[in-house]
Amino acid sequence: MINASLPELRRALDARQISAVELAGLFLDRIDALNPALNAFITVDREGALAAAHTADQRIAAGSAGPLTGIPLAHKDVFCTEGVLTTCGSKMLANFVSPYDAHVVSLLKAAGAVSLGKANMDEFAMGSSNESSYYGAVKNPWNPERIPGGSSGGSAAAVAARLAPIATGTDTGGSVRQPASYCGITGIKPTYGLVSRYGMIAYASSLDQGGAFGASAEDCALLLSAMTGFDERDSTSLERPTEDYAAALAGPASTRPLEGLTIGLPREFFAEGMADDVRATIDAAIAQYRALGATTVEVSLPNARLAIPAYYVIAPAECSSNLSRFDGVRYGHRAADYGDLADMYAKSRAEGFGAEVKRRILVGTYVLSHGYYDAYYLQAQRLRRLIAQDFQAALQHCDLIAGPTTPTTAWALGEKADDPVQMYLSDIYTIAVNLAGLPGLSHPAGFGADGLPVGLQLIGDYFAESRLLNAAHRFQQATDWHTHRPACAA
Amino acid sequence: MSLSNDQVGHIARLARIAVSASELEATRDKLNGIFGLIEQMQAVDTSGVEPMSHPQELATRLRPDLVTEADRREAFQKVAPQTEAGLYLVPKVIE
Repeated sequence: MINASLPELRRALDARQISAVELAGLFLDRIDALNPALNAFITVDREGALAAAHTADQRIAAGSAGPLTGIPLAHKDVFCTEGVLTTCGSKMLANFVSPYDAHVVSLLKAAGAVSLGKANMDEFAMGSSNESSYYGAVKNPWNPERIPGGSSGGSAAAVAARLAPIATGTDTGGSVRQPASYCGITGIKPTYGLVSRYGMIAYASSLDQGGAFGASAEDCALLLSAMTGFDERDSTSLERPTEDYAAALAGPASTRPLEGLTIGLPREFFAEGMADDVRATIDAAIAQYRALGATTVEVSLPNARLAIPAYYVIAPAECSSNLSRFDGVRYGHRAADYGDLADMYAKSRAEGFGAEVKRRILVGTYVLSHGYYDAYYLQAQRLRRLIAQDFQAALQHCDLIAGPTTPTTAWALGEKADDPVQMYLSDIYTIAVNLAGLPGLSHPAGFGADGLPVGLQLIGDYFAESRLLNAAHRFQQATDWHTHRPACAA
Repeated sequence: MSLSNDQVGHIARLARIAVSASELEATRDKLNGIFGLIEQMQAVDTSGVEPMSHPQELATRLRPDLVTEADRREAFQKVAPQTEAGLYLVPKVIE
């Protein structure tokens, strides 16, 4: 049952082979047994989960269940959950029991999904390894000496270890796709503006976007369908009809289901920098796409190499502004000893934020300060335009873009923890997608030399979520990489 | 470019983050490493390129000027470090 797909769980619940309460109990027991070693959850809400499961059982009995009614899930701790601790991975919010629900949380509650608890994450979603969490690093379920990726590392590890069948995440520079790749699961970041940011604790507002984790593209499609939709409380939420991404996966059986699909391979993604074992795995996956009927064409993203420097101006700038709200007055940590008001701010923030968050606030403060704005912030925004234009030019020649999600498999815990620049460079293939605001997906493509998962990234034009999910689904119907599990979930 | 300890201290004051003398050196080195990465941007000629502030260039939505939120002062102040009579308490700023 723990490895069942969402459609299988749906059938079991509807046929009363298992109740929602029993299903929640099964996953809660796995969390109790495995979380002490993995540290994927910051908060486990057994009581809330069982109450929600009980309500779900009533709905199922009444015949009014939806696709997610009674399905357990984990929320990244960046999403505010009413009455449940919401830390964002920070000491700053160690005592913050949210007085309201994020829009995504409300939607999933209304769908009848059962939240098991709050997944660990890099502090304020700033990190690529989940080591910046105040609550300790998450371990990769495939190898406890390796990082799970970040910033949604707890969500990805929870799904990979089957502590939850699905999980929410957020992706500002790769924080859904990169941990999905390192943990051997599927993850999608939709087009910017599709998932409401209301109640999703802000890091870099023009880049932050909620996303979905599951074992397969099909499970991600079901979760994403329930997360998207216009919300007037988010000023950048897009007013467009919601889509049923799962329904879009249905199609006639065929040995060449991707006939007519053109996949662009960016020259720059296949240049130096990709590890040999990742390259071999990605090449084999692309050959599989060709075998399924897709044709491939070389495309170019000449400014992609500038995505990391541009991101590390834009994201810290927005972060320094967003995180100014944490001042020890209305919520969050306040220092025990202080003199005047300025001293209270400075000490509360020094104590409440970890080293990486402070670095990004300082970088952002500098690039926005008088005399530097044009040279840094405006220059980064101009590069952002060039990067977005590159994608549009490439998408003239193809329907989707494919390449590696990450240059290597998951690295060892501690390896880059003291070297922010090396950590930043690991997001080379994911960051440009956020700058452009495009949808991206990572799915398991095989294993590297060290037995760790390798993810293939698919990138589409704005609102091409169905096309991304459909391509990944066809790949998964013909292959079994997405069914491989780490030993703890075998 | 390379930041001095004084500049780092100035930025930290602007950001309202206390940085002790013992942390200053290490903070400066890490920031200089990050700025080394950022500097790659300066090699690109972007004259004539319109800055892109946002992926979806939308006009800000307007709404009628009506109260839409319920009064939840009590719930919101429950998570505050220090309150009294419905007010947030901070150190005295005016003598």
